[in-house]
Amino acid sequence: MTGPGPFFLDEIFFVVMPYLAFIIFLLVSIRRYLTQSFTFSSLSSQFLENRQHFWGLVPFHYGIIAIVTGHIIGFLIPREVLAWNSQPLRLYVLEVSAFVFGLLTLVGLVSVIVRRFTVSKIRMVTSTADWILFGIFVVQILSGLYVAAFHGWGSSWFAAVATPYLWSLLTLSPDIAYVTAMPWMVKLHIVCAYVMIAFFPFTRLVHALVVPNPYLWRKTQVVRWYGIRRFASGRPGADRKM
Amino acid sequence: MNVRSQISMVFHLDKCIGCHTCSIACKNIWTDRRGTEYMWWNNVETKPGTGFPTQWENQEKYRGGWEKKNGSINLRSTSKARTVTDIFHNPSMPGMDDYYEPWTYKYDELFNAPEGPDQPTAKPVSMVTGEYINLEAGPNWDDDLGGSKIYAENDPNLKGLTAEQRMQLSAIERLVFFYFPRICNHCLNPSCVAACPSGALYKRGEDGIVLIDQKRCRGWRSCVAACPYKKTFYNWTTGKSEKCILCFPRLETGQAPACFHSCVGRIRYLGVLLYDADRLEGVAKSPDEELIDAHRSMILNPNDPAVIAAALENGVHESVIVSAQKSPVYRFVKEWKIALPPHIEYRTLPMLFYVPPMSPVMAEKNDDTVGSVSDDFFHDIEQARVPLQFLANLFGAGHQGKVVYALKKQKAVRTYRRAVTVGDIDIKLAEKMLLEADCTVEQAEAIYQLTSLCTFDDRFVIPPMHREEAIEMMKDPHEHRSSVGFGFVEAPERGL
Ligand code: SF4
Repeated sequence: MTGPGPFFLDEIFFVVMPYLAFIIFLLVSIRRYLTQSFTFSSLSSQFLENRQHFWGLVPFHYGIIAIVTGHIIGFLIPREVLAWNSQPLRLYVLEVSAFVFGLLTLVGLVSVIVRRFTVSKIRMVTSTADWILFGIFVVQILSGLYVAAFHGWGSSWFAAVATPYLWSLLTLSPDIAYVTAMPWMVKLHIVCAYVMIAFFPFTRLVHALVVPNPYLWRKTQVVRWYGIRRFASGRPGADRKM
Repeated sequence: MNVRSQISMVFHLDKCIGCHTCSIACKNIWTDRRGTEYMWWNNVETKPGTGFPTQWENQEKYRGGWEKKNGSINLRSTSKARTVTDIFHNPSMPGMDDYYEPWTYKYDELFNAPEGPDQPTAKPVSMVTGEYINLEAGPNWDDDLGGSKIYAENDPNLKGLTAEQRMQLSAIERLVFFYFPRICNHCLNPSCVAACPSGALYKRGEDGIVLIDQKRCRGWRSCVAACPYKKTFYNWTTGKSEKCILCFPRLETGQAPACFHSCVGRIRYLGVLLYDADRLEGVAKSPDEELIDAHRSMILNPNDPAVIAAALENGVHESVIVSAQKSPVYRFVKEWKIALPPHIEYRTLPMLFYVPPMSPVMAEKNDDTVGSVSDDFFHDIEQARVPLQFLANLFGAGHQGKVVYALKKQKAVRTYRRAVTVGDIDIKLAEKMLLEADCTVEQAEAIYQLTSLCTFDDRFVIPPMHREEAIEMMKDPHEHRSSVGFGFVEAPERGL
């Protein structure tokens, strides 16, 4: 291609967008948590419809968690991933399981969308933001599956190409040479991810930020004292929990 | 000894007339918002019946409460590990169909109907979707034994009754039922609190009221599944769970909770109990048949100097101790032992106690006279229309002893008062009966007084809550004046 046009677009998509997306994500999430903490909820609709819920929500969540974890691993320890992939059998195992988790996510998402369309009670608790979110997810998952299917050995070239690019963003010295040469479907996948990150704090996705980790080590019962307990002996009341 | 105070309650079932005034008072104050229409923080059930939500006592289905296994107790619905795997879809979560779909009527159709040969009707519409619905269930669809074949006959408390007893329950002229009003029990070992992954549920240290922090709740729904009494509810609009708050804003200003205040039958009593929190775990693990005694033994005598000293040492205010000494609940539960916890086998250690119902009046017809006392004073308790085992399943963890004791005492007090006021029964006989029921004359008078002639102030002994002092210790009250006392700075609205 000639002229500055495409180059300019690449800059926007792969340099401006990621920074913008992350800034929006951070600022809006924090602001929302501080001023509208009431709106942080899973907004579960299981109460309104209990059966299809299982077939949508469970595959979707397990799928997406596995996939996101895979991306993070590729980002954090690319060398180890490449080493793992150096044996064909191990590479196949990784590729196939990644694809299966992607399919699982898709199956879950489709049944979630069908449920939202067909159950009238569920439609009552579905917002415009939800529909936009579903659209983004569809593009993201389909493009991801396409890449996995037709641009083989993604787990290897993610570690070799995408990871250096992401690190270059992180270290504030963006180097887009890695990504500009990628097939357009890969580019779509990356850009869509940025859109999702920017949109994230405006949607119900924020429930992922408040997953209940303290539960695993807190005491069974919770007692809250109002203000400071006064003991006859003047001992300060430190025990807030039972 | 780790003395804490707990606002506790007694419902005297013999006095409940099933008017549902309590439910309406509560609904009008707390649950008339979108998403809460289906909730009844206070509801009144007909027993035998399946209750609300349908068959809530069937823990095979709902998996609420604690389960004792190899000396430790675990939540039936979840565990720390299962919280991780089940968080996306809670397998023990009841759905709206287990409660009912709330509805209203299209009243404008009455006014706008075109002229015609028929009376116009207002058709029911769902309050969730706004669409027309067929009404198939409601919160008290089985009121006064309506639809017994579906409801009363499937009461989980019929377990252990003989086929004959079951048949008699609904036989013509023997048909019997009583009312069972329910609110949150504000338990000492609440399974809802224990199950909440976010730690949003808590027990208030000063008075034991169990609350859900609306800002910390993330809608994981674990409390709904874990509460064996099904008294936490999921608000499908806000994505937060809600429950009975024992009208704490009223209590803090010295008023009885709305359902107590409005109770027509005056069946409700409220007062402070002091208990030893250190014994909680041990008590919750007691064997089934010892649970009621163990639970009772945790409750401390507020007149015992050692208890008073320990309470003061632990930060319980003097005025709260004075209030505990006047507590009607203490008398019913601990002194007279005629109020029993519902389904103590769930091991949440409920702090709402029930005086088991006597009705219908047990009498025998001999020729033309109706007499209610035979040589064996209490034979009719065994032959009561409500089989003992049924009451034992509700209030005795399946064991009849405590229920029989409570019924005998009530019966003896009745006979004694009849001897005093009507005089058709020999007072000697009545006193002998009292003796047999482990009751002194003074106690009988006291029970009679608090049951029949009680005033507002006898029934509700509300401790000063000292919230104002607690605030003062943290903040200058002038500064606090401008902030919101409780509730929200942001509107409690559903997020995107
Ligand atoms: S208001 Fe009192 S008497 Fe009436 S149903 Fe409720 S508890 Fe029973």
